[in-house]
Order: sequence, then C-alpha cells, then structure tokens
Amino acid sequence: MDLKSFIERISNSLGISGCEQEVAGEITMAWEQIADEVRRDNLGNVIALKKGKNSHKPPLMLAAHQDEIGFLVRDIDKDGFISLDPIGGIDPRLLPGQEIKIWGREETLGVVGARPPHLQKPQDREKAIPLEKIFVDCGLKKEELEKKIRIGDAVTFHQKMGWLNENIGYGKALDDRAGVAALHQVLLELKDRTTPLDVAVVATVQEEVGIRGAITSSFALNPDLGLAVDVAFASRPGLEKEMTLNSNGGPGLEIGPHMHPGVLEKLKEVAGEKEIPIQLIGVPHPGGTDTYVMQMNRCGMATGLLSIPLANMHSPVEVIDIRDVRRTGRLMASFCLQADVEFVEGLKCL
Amino acid sequence: MLIKELTEVPGIAGREGQVRELIKEQLKGQDLALSGDAMGNFYARWEGGQTPLLMLASHMDEVGFMVMGYDNSGLIKFAPVGGIDLRVVPGKKVYLGDEKTPGVIGVKPIHMQKKAEQNRPFSRQDLLIDIGASSENEARKKVNIGDQITFSTTTEFISERVMKGKAFDDRAGCAAIIEILKSRPPVKLCGAFTVQEEVGLRGAGVAASNVGPALALVLEGTTASDVPESPPHRYSTTMGEGPALTIMDRSFLANQKLNQRVMELAEREGIKYQLRRTSIGGTDSGPIHLREEGIPTIGLSLPCRYIHSPASLLNMDDLQNMIDLVKTILQDIAEGGFPIGTTY
Repeated sequence: MDLKSFIERISNSLGISGCEQEVAGEITMAWEQIADEVRRDNLGNVIALKKGKNSHKPPLMLAAHQDEIGFLVRDIDKDGFISLDPIGGIDPRLLPGQEIKIWGREETLGVVGARPPHLQKPQDREKAIPLEKIFVDCGLKKEELEKKIRIGDAVTFHQKMGWLNENIGYGKALDDRAGVAALHQVLLELKDRTTPLDVAVVATVQEEVGIRGAITSSFALNPDLGLAVDVAFASRPGLEKEMTLNSNGGPGLEIGPHMHPGVLEKLKEVAGEKEIPIQLIGVPHPGGTDTYVMQMNRCGMATGLLSIPLANMHSPVEVIDIRDVRRTGRLMASFCLQADVEFVEGLKCL
Repeated sequence: MLIKELTEVPGIAGREGQVRELIKEQLKGQDLALSGDAMGNFYARWEGGQTPLLMLASHMDEVGFMVMGYDNSGLIKFAPVGGIDLRVVPGKKVYLGDEKTPGVIGVKPIHMQKKAEQNRPFSRQDLLIDIGASSENEARKKVNIGDQITFSTTTEFISERVMKGKAFDDRAGCAAIIEILKSRPPVKLCGAFTVQEEVGLRGAGVAASNVGPALALVLEGTTASDVPESPPHRYSTTMGEGPALTIMDRSFLANQKLNQRVMELAEREGIKYQLRRTSIGGTDSGPIHLREEGIPTIGLSLPCRYIHSPASLLNMDDLQNMIDLVKTILQDIAEGGFPIGTTY
C-alpha cells in the first residue's frame, strides 16, 4: 500500500490507548504484504520482522506508537447527554462544537454541545469551559442510546484525514500514526533489499498513557540498538523557536540523554550521503517517547529519536507534511542498510 | 437531499450568491416569477389564488468568518461575521473563499501551555488558519482579504430523525419555503429569501418593501436550550416539540389575533407546535413588521440545538411540522378563515 493511502487508513481508524485493535488490524494487514512475518504480543504491539543477513544477532528495533488520545464514555444522564473521561492530554477548549464518534456496539455520531451566544452573558465568553461541564449530544434518548453504547466505550474526534495541498495533510491521531507511516515507508524501502541485521518494526501501544507498549516489545526483541520515531511541535507564531521544527524541513534529530552520540553521528552521516534534510533540536529531558523505556530495557539499549514536525498536537486537526514522513522513513531505511554488527558493537562504550 | 445541499454551500452575510443560485435552480420550471434586488434578496412569486399577497421570508446567510490578513508564516488571520462564540472555533476544519479551499484552525498545543492559560478561552490572536501555505506570498496566491470562511460540516443524520450540520439557521427555513412553493398552495404568495440577517437584520426590510405583502410569515431557526447547564424553566424551545411560535423577541412583538388563529389551526389539525419561551434574539420579523404602514407578521422558528456552532442539530419532524403548519395557514387564508386585514 502506498504511503498516502496507508496514513489515511490508519489516521481514520480507532486506536485510543488500550483500545488499539482496529488500527492494529489495519497495520498488520498492510505489513503482512511487505515484511517477512508479523505478530502481536500480549499487550497488542504489532511487531513486523524483516530478515537480514545475520539473523542470529539481535534485531534493530524501530518503534512508533499506534495509540491516540481520545475519551471514554463516563456517564449517560437521564436525558441522554454523555459526559467524557479523557485518555491522554487534551485541551478541553478544543471540544465545544466538535463532532465526535463513539465506538460502541454501533458506531454512533454525536456533537459536543455549545451554548449559543444568544443565551450567554457577555462575561461567560471570558471563561473556558472545563471538561466537567462538557457533554455530547447524539440526538437520542437515554433508552435508545443504551442500545448502541455503554459506559467505557471509546470516543474519538470524528475526523476523516484530508489534504490542504498535495503534501500537507490534516487529521486526528497523526501523533503518532505519522510515525507508524514512517515505519511503513521503511518497510517499503527495504522490500527488495537485505540489511546486515534483522529489522524489527514495532507499532507500540499505550504510549499516551505512560509509555507502556514499548516496555514489553523491547523485552521480547532484546535489541542492542533501537530507533523511535515520534512527532514534535511544528513552528507556529507564539511558540519558542528553539523548541520547534519547521514543516518540510526533514526529520528532527532530538539531541539529549536518550540519543546515543554514536547513533546521532551515524544518522547525520547517512542523511548527508542521501541528501536528506535534517533538523537538530535539543531535548533536555528524555521523557515522553518510546525511547524513554527502550533505552532502559533489560541490560540497556543504544537509542536514537527521530521526530516528524506536526502542528496542533493533540487536536482533531493535527497537520503534517508527507514529505517529512517519507524522508524520515528513507533516513531510517538507509541507516538500517548501513548498521552492521561492527557498528552496533561499537556503540557499547567498551 | 435539499436540506443537505442548502446547508453545505458557503454563504456568509454579503456572500449569499451560491445559496441564491441553488434556490433558483430548485425553483426553475415551477411556474414561479423569479426576481432579485440590488441587495441580493431573491424572490419567487406564485399566483395560486385570489387572496391578498402573502410573503414567506427566510434568510440565506449564515454565521462565519472573513479573511483579514496573513501572518508571515503563511497562516491566515480572520474575524467573525455574525455572532460566533470564539470558544467553538479551535480545532475546526473550515473552507475559505467561494472555491472552498480547505483550512484548519490550529492552536498552541496543550504541552506548551501554562496551566493558567487553560482557564481562559483562546483569543482571536491565538487562532490562525493553516491552509498549507509556507509563506505569506504563497498564502496570498490562495486566498484574498475579504474572502468568506465557513465551517465545513457535512450534513447527515446522526439518529433516525436528527440531522447534524451547520447553517440550519436559516437554510432550514429556506428549504421549508421551497417545499411550500412547490406544493402549489391556493394563495397569492411571494417567497422572499433574504440577505444579511446575521449582521443586523438588514435584508428583510428591503424585501418587505419590494413585495408589499398584506401578511408576512417569517420562518427561522432558533435556539433549543433543552440541554445540560440550562434549567428547564429557562429553555427557549425544545427540540422535537414542533415549530415555535414567537410571542416576543428583541425586535418584534407578535400580533395576538394572528397568533391565536395559528394555535387554533395547529390544534385543529393536530400539528405539534410550541411557544418560543424567551425574548432574546432578533429576527427578520423585526424590520418586516415596521415597513410600509406596518405589515402584520407571524414568526415561526425551528428549534435548533447548538445554533451558530459548526455542529448544530435539527429534528426533521420539526421541519415537517413547520411546513404542514404553514400550509394549513395558507389553506385557511384561501378559505377566508384567517383574520387577515382585520388584525386590530
């Protein structure tokens, strides 16, 4: 499946943390066509293996998380209005007037109620509406609603991925389905090539609620070297320049405690050879991505982190440039083609 | 489906052209005399009987935004046209210009906000539209200053009878008038599709003078506040309980004799209706009833939840009941039962 079709399919799928079955199914189906084997582990991680020359050595691990932020149905009141519990960090100010989908026994559409300006006092508009006062309306009475949905059902924004132009796409869950798409690009690039080492490509679960899926998948694979790909803030007026990446500027290489200096040098070298633009960004605290737990797996792993610039993170209109996704995939694929036993051994700081 | 087509076209105040074209298309070949005026109001006149001339009025414009300028990063600055609570704006997809260029309204990500920022809504300066342009120059090639911006909501059923969409206020009224005209009622009637309601009830007065009717019926969308955070005694209307008859709003006090007859007819025919239980908001009834020497006017409104937001809800039974009630009134006028001309 080509990159654009793949990213659209997975962006539109359901996969809030702990509820990744649907998106995992889409990913598995696509990767079965281009990897040597695909399996799921007990937490739900999708692990695709691409065989290399030295299959007796630990594989290189490439990871991106497949879960997305969203909500659970918290309660249904006597008039059929639904309250929500958040999964992951969401700004409640994004909710009024939003269309949402409840993935119950039946997929049910609803809207987040917004009081019309006519019925407000002027000072009301100066206050943000907290999540406790936000409700979803599906146009159904409680009895009708309870035939379709129940407490605990997954809720996402009702957003179909679209394109602002040929390259710039918007949609929900592009954090980090854009990263999963970059992994897809790696598999496409490596389809008829042989890498020195096996490459294990992992779509991890439950990153948004505490980086959990990367723990068990790292344990199972026990790699010496791993790369994760996640998203980073695209530049925007009002944001500190040093903390952001430019769209269409290529992958960000995140320099910090979770980026092994040898991995960084290799990534820079490969990018130079392949003429792939990169952006260097300092990340003083090593949290918030799969590399955080990968690095501390078993007896330790050399890790590197690549970031795709993404605007409006954790909103229904996350924006990416597909060229950055493609470049990130190409850079990782080229890295995998060069990373041999000798290189990996050399990372062990002996 | 007519209501879907009518609500999905863009048409803020002063940019009603596409709505007008769609209505014109619907009404061609129906033995109606079609005309327009300099402000943009559109008229469809029907000679169906020897009654005094009646007018049905609904407005074509919707609330939306306008392109104000460009940030040098290529993002678009914009301002509301009509009454929109800026709190419904963040994170929405919109269309810019008549060609419907897609854009998304982004905000600072939650990770980069200070806790206190979340207690106040985003300001207009915080909200910018991304159209995928990477510089001001590129943005200028795609959209122009003054271009209209509307929400991009797809109109569709979310339950058996309830539709989700934008601009039900007042394209639902336009749809009702189209249906009524097509039913060839036994009266002399002019359907008036008005402009610029949302920015101060500006088109309807001109329409009333152009038509000069003996009686006007204004078909509107109104707030349905049968929702949480709104106590039942403060509900203005309730969705699913039929069209709401106006007694009073900010712009208009209804004629009691006319309202009395409307209620008698609804009860006689078993058509669901309710009384609009708030006096806020203005409608086209305001300017219309003050035109000429005063035009007797009836205001009927469809309850619409989350009006003026990108995702409002309309119960299709309410729309059907409004159409049935208006047809009943027209029939009564044709039969001479209605107190037309003797209102005081």
